Amino acid sequence: MSTAYPTTWRKPPQMIQSRGWRIALAVGAVIYLVLAIGTIEVNWARVIAGMERAQRFVAGFLQPDFTTRWRDISTGLMESLTMTFTSTVVGVLISIPIGVGAARNIAPQWVYYICRSIIAISRALQEIIVAIFFVALFGFGAFAGFLTLTFATIGFIGKLLAEDIEDIDEAQAEAIRATGASWLQLINYAIQPQVMPRLIGLSLYRLDINFRESAVIGIVGAGGIGAALNTSLSRYEYSSAGAILLIIIAIVMIAEYSSGYLRKWVK
Amino acid sequence: MSIASAETQVWQHRTPLKRLMLWAGWLACVALFVWCWERMTQRTIWAFVWDAPNAAADIGSRAFPPRWSYMERLWWPLWDTINIATLGTLLGIAMAVPLAFLAASNTTPSRLILRPIALFIIVASRSINSLIWALLLVSILGPGILAGILAIGLRSIGFIGKLLYEAIEETDISQVEAITATGASQGQILTYGIVPQVLPAFYGISVFRWDINIRESAILGLVGAGGIGAQLNASLNTLAWPQVSLIILVILGTVVVSEWVSAKVRHAVI
Repeated sequence: MSTAYPTTWRKPPQMIQSRGWRIALAVGAVIYLVLAIGTIEVNWARVIAGMERAQRFVAGFLQPDFTTRWRDISTGLMESLTMTFTSTVVGVLISIPIGVGAARNIAPQWVYYICRSIIAISRALQEIIVAIFFVALFGFGAFAGFLTLTFATIGFIGKLLAEDIEDIDEAQAEAIRATGASWLQLINYAIQPQVMPRLIGLSLYRLDINFRESAVIGIVGAGGIGAALNTSLSRYEYSSAGAILLIIIAIVMIAEYSSGYLRKWVK
Repeated sequence: MSIASAETQVWQHRTPLKRLMLWAGWLACVALFVWCWERMTQRTIWAFVWDAPNAAADIGSRAFPPRWSYMERLWWPLWDTINIATLGTLLGIAMAVPLAFLAASNTTPSRLILRPIALFIIVASRSINSLIWALLLVSILGPGILAGILAIGLRSIGFIGKLLYEAIEETDISQVEAITATGASQGQILTYGIVPQVLPAFYGISVFRWDINIRESAILGLVGAGGIGAQLNASLNTLAWPQVSLIILVILGTVVVSEWVSAKVRHAVI
């Protein structure tokens, strides 16, 4: 009796079991890469000319110049920060009823569809495109930025809050319902205590995101520090641009760590 | 204590001091909000704001119906946009994977030097939006899709790196121990103990980031980094609203398709 046992072992494929599909995918990927890389047009003369600028930018980043453009930087920063805070507050306040309406387990069907479509619209449009429209409608400046960020906050908080409400512990809601509570009392005593810590966490997270976005929407004229950054880059003042970027990175880091800390404390 | 006085005690959730603190906190928030609002609207021209409904109606009437014939000039930018997102994601993955292994506390070769550096790169990449990266790179490399690819790649490092190193840190230690017990080398521990565990998460993260990158690459053209955003910028500058509405419809369509693809793949992988 002699059964031939294999003496070596090969790692089995993890994702796609069929050999044919693996080869087809690999060939497809190679063809796509060749086509895609083939269509990149690079003006090498321009790139080489740009290297000198890259050096100046790195130098500017290492020796940031906070003083020359300090007026522009401080106004931009102030606008960014105030815009971030007000838009988060207003956005969260608006998104609470929408989030409640978009939760399948407590809202009637027609309210559910309306609220879900509001959320879908807000999430599908990028901040920049929304900002372009609001700048066209409301004029340049922080007010358009405030509206943009509020609009984006509604989709974000509304969706996550609705999912959170759908995930609650039904037993508590049933217990409150059994006491004969009205719909408002149900929200207040069964839903709100369960989702509140997470809502606060999400709002802090969104505050953090809104600051990052406020640094960007200035590029299309919606106020904030992005406008100052855009100006300094188009004037090739790399040391001011480096200073602005360092300020943005520092604030984002502070916001990230403090919001992480606050979220732990809220839990 | 008589029964009557005991009954008048009403149950309350918080002590008076805590209630006072809570109210003071809310008051501070409201005060901060009002102050911020005042500062923010200092330079707002309210005449424009009140005129917004008219402006909206005006733009709406100009933008509708979209100019469908413009579509033939959008296919090429659309292909560029998809390439920016895909190649940028690949670039990001190539740089993020080694960084993630350096940043994960269970695989890092040096906890004191390399790990903090890797973590700093991840945070720095995450805190700068891809549009800002594109702004920088366009001013260095000149306009074109190369700047877009690099911008997307640089921004993706942080996202992929962070999620991947968290996945590596969450791997099951017993599998690694089993491989170690066979006398495997460091490289073998990595390929047989850790990589199979994080591979599904890795595919999920990459496809998720690709989906986000499609959205972002659609607007990079606004600052000159190629793709359909360049067409959007040109149409906006010439106030060609029917073209703008068509481009936005195309972007929305692409975003919906990429979201569907990414949801399908993530569902299959995880």
